[in-house]
Amino acid sequence: MKRIARLKVNGESQEVAVPSHFTLLEALRYGLGLTGTKQGCDKGDCGACTVLVDGEAILSCILPVWEAEERSVQTVEGLGDPRELHPLQEAFDLTGAAQCGFCTPGMLCSGVGLLNARVDPTREEIEEALSGNLCRCTGYTKIFEAVEQAARTLRERGVADASR
Amino acid sequence: MHPDELNAIQAALAEAAESIEGPGPEDFSVLGRRNRRYEGHAKSTGRELYTDDLSLPGMLHGKILRSPHPHARILSIETGDAEVMPGVHAVLTGADMPIAFGIIPWTRDEHALAVDRVRYVGDAVAAVAARDEDTANRALAAIRVEYETLPALLEPRDSLETSAVQIHEAKKEGRNGNVTKHVMLEFGPVDEEMDSSDVVVEGEYYFHGTTHAPIEPHCAIARAGADGVLTVWSSTQVPHYLQRELARVLELDVAQIRVIQPAVGGAFGGKSEPFDLEFCVAALSLRSGRPVKILYTREELFYSHRGRHPIEMWYRVGASRDGTLRAVDARSLLDGGAYASFGLVTTYYSGQLLTAPYRLGSYRFESTRVYTNKPACGPKRGHGSVQPRFAFEISLDKLASELGIDPIELRRRNFMGTGETLNEFRVRSNGFLECLDAVEEASGWKEKYGRLPYGRGVGVAGSCYISGTNYPIYPNSMPQAAAQVQVERSGRVTVFHGASEIGQGSDSTMAAIAAEELGVPLGYVRVVSADTDLVPVDLGAYSSRETLMVGNATRSACRELAGKVRSTLATSWGVPERCVRLAGGWARELPDPRGAGGSPDGVASPSADGFRRVPISEAFQLAESAHGTLGAVGHYDTPKDVHGEYRGGTIGASPAYSFTAHVAEVEVDADTGFVDVKTIWVAHDCGLALNPMLVEGQMEGSAYMGFGEALMEHHAVKRGGPELGLHDAPSLLDYRIPTSRDCPEFVSLIVESNDPEGPYGAKEAGEGPLHPSLPAIANAIHDAVGIRMDRLPFTPDRVWRALRASRPSIRSPRS
Repeated sequence: MKRIARLKVNGESQEVAVPSHFTLLEALRYGLGLTGTKQGCDKGDCGACTVLVDGEAILSCILPVWEAEERSVQTVEGLGDPRELHPLQEAFDLTGAAQCGFCTPGMLCSGVGLLNARVDPTREEIEEALSGNLCRCTGYTKIFEAVEQAARTLRERGVADASR
Repeated sequence: MHPDELNAIQAALAEAAESIEGPGPEDFSVLGRRNRRYEGHAKSTGRELYTDDLSLPGMLHGKILRSPHPHARILSIETGDAEVMPGVHAVLTGADMPIAFGIIPWTRDEHALAVDRVRYVGDAVAAVAARDEDTANRALAAIRVEYETLPALLEPRDSLETSAVQIHEAKKEGRNGNVTKHVMLEFGPVDEEMDSSDVVVEGEYYFHGTTHAPIEPHCAIARAGADGVLTVWSSTQVPHYLQRELARVLELDVAQIRVIQPAVGGAFGGKSEPFDLEFCVAALSLRSGRPVKILYTREELFYSHRGRHPIEMWYRVGASRDGTLRAVDARSLLDGGAYASFGLVTTYYSGQLLTAPYRLGSYRFESTRVYTNKPACGPKRGHGSVQPRFAFEISLDKLASELGIDPIELRRRNFMGTGETLNEFRVRSNGFLECLDAVEEASGWKEKYGRLPYGRGVGVAGSCYISGTNYPIYPNSMPQAAAQVQVERSGRVTVFHGASEIGQGSDSTMAAIAAEELGVPLGYVRVVSADTDLVPVDLGAYSSRETLMVGNATRSACRELAGKVRSTLATSWGVPERCVRLAGGWARELPDPRGAGGSPDGVASPSADGFRRVPISEAFQLAESAHGTLGAVGHYDTPKDVHGEYRGGTIGASPAYSFTAHVAEVEVDADTGFVDVKTIWVAHDCGLALNPMLVEGQMEGSAYMGFGEALMEHHAVKRGGPELGLHDAPSLLDYRIPTSRDCPEFVSLIVESNDPEGPYGAKEAGEGPLHPSLPAIANAIHDAVGIRMDRLPFTPDRVWRALRASRPSIRSPRS
């Protein structure tokens, strides 16, 4: 039995018919064709499914799709596009923070979630913000560097630190 | 001479220094730089397509029914109820695919779906395809399987000693069918050398078993096309072997099977052989006439496994008073799980890969791999050699302590250099000493070793690894790797190659080689890879073979084309071919480096037109006018004459060997047993870093993975009780891989030794740097608190118990 979910994803309001047990992740991937958000574990352990809901990083694989209604959902596809990347996407490229790239969309959303709140995060704050996103390729070193580099770019652009 | 003229000549000289032949990094215009990944934008924008991101019109969803028993006979399977369920399109059992498969041709002991018998909890029994996942799951629940349970063997020693329970039939009468492989090799007079050694250290070591846990679960899609072609998309790292085994099991013409490998979200050896899901989607698609997808659940990954073997190891190492290694005697019992997988090779590797970077006076190893009723073990990053390296590098640390020699110095004294190893492998470049120097200096070793306060310590370890193997998995004398390169009038170059991009950067590497050789900007190179219909055969991304082998093949094809372009321009310009260089989007004329007819200092004068240049697109067009359509193939074949003339002497023989040294610094909490690894310094001899950013990524990722295996991860099943054989922790929460908060700092130190066999001198970087993490941490724990951790993993309870055993005064928290 399917029902209509009303979602606002990457600024666009959409309706999608989904089985009532669907999570936000399933609605994004199988309903809206937004395959950038990944499924790695089915149960909230790996963070590959991380998206931003009202600017905050959440696990879309354990959020019933109905709880995302009337909220603003941002996925990796909405962070930027190849012509105008988010500074964190650019930094991922320059530092080699993506290897297999499967954790990358979730990692980017958690990183942007952090940078939305702070443009001058400490290494420890970065480690904490990304601690729900497992990466099996990099040992995280280059991901930390990417977040730091993006934070520098944002500061150079004069983006204010929301928390200070 | 006018100053401007002089400046022009000097500028040209500087360019000429970028010699066309020379191998040094200063000569490159593309290689040796921290170039972005070929598919970097796709990955950082979420546009990259992995197998589960693909969906085809009319696609069905498949699911696999798995055994709840570790060992049982299948008496009957009743699928009637499932077959008539609305929305169910096909149901399969083992009877539909009775032909056995296996990655090693001599040990084909698996079936796509179990035939008559299941051998571990999780063994595949039946498969369904339905209109959606929910329907497929309901159909699985409607299948009734009647089992007769059999006694299960969970302990490798039981498998070795029992003949009453046979997990597989013995191949020869009188043999124990529970033994996959037994190897014993001896090099030199071990017993004599051991007896006459001044110091002998002996110990028992244990590697506990770990799994790959890529973040992308295995996924496969099949489409039986109306044209008779079966197309399979799979998250595999071995498209060629998959194509072959699909043809065998499904009894199809291999020419009618196309395997496409989309982007793979991590593999680490865990996707390097065919799996049940690939056969099932293919057969379900053939049966239903619809495309079928199967995506493993995370739990299924833990059961499909093929991770690092648990090994019980016994090592005895003898040395002279000055530290010279005289004798190594090793015995290993490998717990293989239910199937052979790569086990034949693993068994050899557990001994064969230990003979560098040190010169061993004499060496004997005896390794036995047995079946147990557990998920099958296979190749994980550093296949077969991480475990013995753990035992051996701790042995070296013990020797150093006994002899009062600094552990780094002990390793230096036994450095083998280049030449032949004791088991007759050919080492042509060896940067191990530079690796030791690099970690010694970067870590501040001299100020730290033996000098830090109680609870804090440093440890060192070294290792060696192969850059591919000289002999392919199935015997043949064809090239191991090939590439096809096409040059187009716009200046665009396309490389068609078979390497599997699994995150390591093989597409980026081939693109950079093509850009370097053909003088186009990186953005002008397209890569088409790992599609059996479109690219020449490559054997896959395993044993760290892609950079060396496919890199050589790509370079060879590009050089043939570049030669045509250069000769065309040389003729047109009336200069020798060596005076034409392709770089940075231009074909340029250079002063003749041989100086014929030039000025007194051996430099040619520019021709009347000055040093000429044309855009590379124009150069390609001139060449196409002269030679016709521009395309070339290149291949690489391994040296076939370099191995020992003994049974097994070819296994472990590689075109080139990489070397690594680590220093780990740890802090051990003596009250809780918690080991906090602060920093791991990783120095790795990769021959030449074609892209230092990618090489560092491999070094850091490898060291990370070894760190996780040492401290946190443990792939295990329940060894007793009613849940016998059930996985202990089949989730990423319970099977704990390190998070961003758990990891030490990783410091990468690249060492370049320039191997004559590698493309531009390059060797592997993806597996070698994993090995030393485990023993370096163990040795650091010893430096910190004086205990030997010979058994993995170093979890707080184990460390705390070891501390208590060493210092009886520590009270149990409960007392």
